[in-house]
Amino acid sequence: MIVRTLFFALYRDMAGADELALELPAGARVADLVGRLRSSGGLSRMPESPVVAVNMDYAPLATELRDGDEVAFIPPVAGG
Amino acid sequence: MSQSFALVTPDPIDPARLLGDTLSPDDGAALLFWGVVRNQNDGRPVRNLEYSAYAEMAEREMRRIADEAREQFGTGAIRVIHRTGKLAIGQASVAIAVASPHRAEAYEASRYVIEQLKQRVPVWKREGYVDGDSEWVPGFTPAVREMA
Repeated sequence: MIVRTLFFALYRDMAGADELALELPAGARVADLVGRLRSSGGLSRMPESPVVAVNMDYAPLATELRDGDEVAFIPPVAGG
Repeated sequence: MSQSFALVTPDPIDPARLLGDTLSPDDGAALLFWGVVRNQNDGRPVRNLEYSAYAEMAEREMRRIADEAREQFGTGAIRVIHRTGKLAIGQASVAIAVASPHRAEAYEASRYVIEQLKQRVPVWKREGYVDGDSEWVPGFTPAVREMA
């Protein structure tokens, strides 16, 4: 399956990109995706348990992903 | 018109229009929270702020917050607008209009919306300092509910 990952603010700087399409094995969870992203490159500096939104809802790391999901990595927010 | 409205926009916010759009004949008051860029942070002189957002989710989350406030405090319509892009000192970054039959509920609802917005709406800002440096402003880590 393929998921679309989005990076914002500090994480976007680390990733060097706004978004990436990634292929994951069926049954993969958010935690697996985080592990994969942290295994190399700039995102290795991302926290072990970052805040994530799946399809625009905040979601725990145990969330199982589905083909076509949009997974956003949300650094600490600072609106207002 | 919907009772809860949220918008993320690169365009300047028009406060009179926002208040007008929020009021209905049932209301006896409207409050405007007008958040602006100030000239210093922790004593360090600031030149500008650059806001970025996960716009679609931010709008959804702000609309949810407005719904929660209306349900909790029983106000009329609530409209929330957040700016993106580079803002100068004194420019509005966020505006919250709350209309209500009575004033007490409007004050409580307005406070609720701005506090929740700061804690969970996916918006970020980069502070540009007078000395030419710039940094992401440290923020809040949104609470994520664990699965049952």
